Amino acid sequence: MSPAPARFLTVGEGGLAVELGSGIDEQVNARVHLLAAAVRRELGDLVEELVPTYRSLLLLFDPLRLPRARLVASVEALLAGLERAGAAPGGGRVVRVPVAYGGELGPDLAFVARHAGISEEEVIALHAGALYRVFMLGFTPGFPYLGGMSERIAAPRLDSPRARIPAGSVGIAGAQTGIYSVESPGGWRLIGRTPLRLFDPAAPSPFLLAAGDRVRFRPCSEREYRKLAARAEAGDQALELEPDAVGAPP
Amino acid sequence: MIAVLKPGLLTTVQDAGRPGHRASGLPVAGAMDRLAFALANALAGNPPGAAALEMTLLGGTFRFERPGYVGVCGADMQPRLNGTPVAPASGFPVLAGDLLAFGAARDGCRTYLSPAGGIDVAPLLGSRSTYVRGALGGFGGRALRAGDLLPVGPTPWARRRPRALAPGLVLPCGGAVTLRVLPGPQDDLFHSEGLATFFGAAYEVGNRNDRMGYQLEGPPIRHLRGPDIVSDALCPGAVQVPGSGRPIVMMADAQTTGGYAKIATVIGPDLRLLAQARIGDAVRFAACGEEEALEALRAERRSLAEATTAA
Repeated sequence: MSPAPARFLTVGEGGLAVELGSGIDEQVNARVHLLAAAVRRELGDLVEELVPTYRSLLLLFDPLRLPRARLVASVEALLAGLERAGAAPGGGRVVRVPVAYGGELGPDLAFVARHAGISEEEVIALHAGALYRVFMLGFTPGFPYLGGMSERIAAPRLDSPRARIPAGSVGIAGAQTGIYSVESPGGWRLIGRTPLRLFDPAAPSPFLLAAGDRVRFRPCSEREYRKLAARAEAGDQALELEPDAVGAPP
Repeated sequence: MIAVLKPGLLTTVQDAGRPGHRASGLPVAGAMDRLAFALANALAGNPPGAAALEMTLLGGTFRFERPGYVGVCGADMQPRLNGTPVAPASGFPVLAGDLLAFGAARDGCRTYLSPAGGIDVAPLLGSRSTYVRGALGGFGGRALRAGDLLPVGPTPWARRRPRALAPGLVLPCGGAVTLRVLPGPQDDLFHSEGLATFFGAAYEVGNRNDRMGYQLEGPPIRHLRGPDIVSDALCPGAVQVPGSGRPIVMMADAQTTGGYAKIATVIGPDLRLLAQARIGDAVRFAACGEEEALEALRAERRSLAEATTAA
């Protein structure tokens, strides 16, 4: 099926949003990232910043340097090129994120298990068994919106949000799962915590994840969590990439 | 060095912002009134993006530990140098030991104090701006406190004579504002009645306003099918309308993504008018065409170029 025609939306005088679909969809999101790569390659510095989201790509530009009509024409040409190429991207990296599930680090694991009518071990197996797509980052610096969680472990948000959720907390809200990238208030059900720092402004690469990455959660012990957390604290954070990442289906 | 004797209500180090990381969820931050900020730098003889102090409603008191030169621009916070009033939009030399004190803003909300050489805190991800909610950038990622010592960058020359903005360049600050907007990106998700409300009604700045956004009070704007969209990118100037129907105008510290329909976007040159508005000020929205928006942008850049040349 050929993709829906793109919509070009005005976001102030210096913004153009290119909307490629109407809902949350892996194929649409993959095209957003393909388009972002094409814009970066072909238009370079003419476009000041790109913000890929679930189903659209925001391009920020200086309208006194680059007229909107010319930008739209360029993007249309790039989209036509993507149609001709046809292929969906294999997807970039698959990042393994160690998580200590349950206990103090995941105080809502028992609730999620009860809510799903399964054991805590089954919740962990379902959560860690899926391959998630980072549709976009937002909410707080480095926070990944992940798609691909099993509906069986969906759980409602807390009635009243917690005032303080530690960075690294892995939570479930409805059918979504995510990782708190910085300490913040929040209402997601917390099932575990990763020792990795999703946002470390002082690090050479401040953001652990990029939109378009895929993520797999790897259960780890609380002891390993402490060890890795101490290393991350010291600025020594090893990124675990799956070796078979290249060419895996999106 | 500049010593902070009194910090004022909310004084932060800001520059032109930290673009380039929106895709990773990092807000841009930077000066709320980008023209007053750039003019303060022009008055100081700085490049337009040098880091300055942004004061809010109530200014601070500062002691200069070395001789230098400063530019001040924005709301009139009745600045006094060693007790003697100085013009609210001006540049002037300071000597070691001089005290520069700001009071309450007589009009408007935000004032920039730019020392020649800029505030020389360490840049973070390419910017010296403070993102307070994220506790990063600027001076320790936070608003200034009494006792802070601010480093000032070197200047290759020493300006001596005081100077003022050309009369045509004095910026309106505070009072009722009309913000020009370009409709969209989701104006098609609003009922025609809702669009008429948005463009016809007088809104008012409520008490929920900060560097992240201004929530406005006034008649609710009717959506076509509810406020939610699949979350997409959010920029300063975007006018979000949540379920309450009351518009929220996003400002410098806006989060990078949002899930409410955006009825319109305030044009860049007009956003400073809202940054200078305070609780109770009336806000109206007027649709404008793309050509008018570009003309406003040209005029803003001309003002800045003139101020810089005059320096």
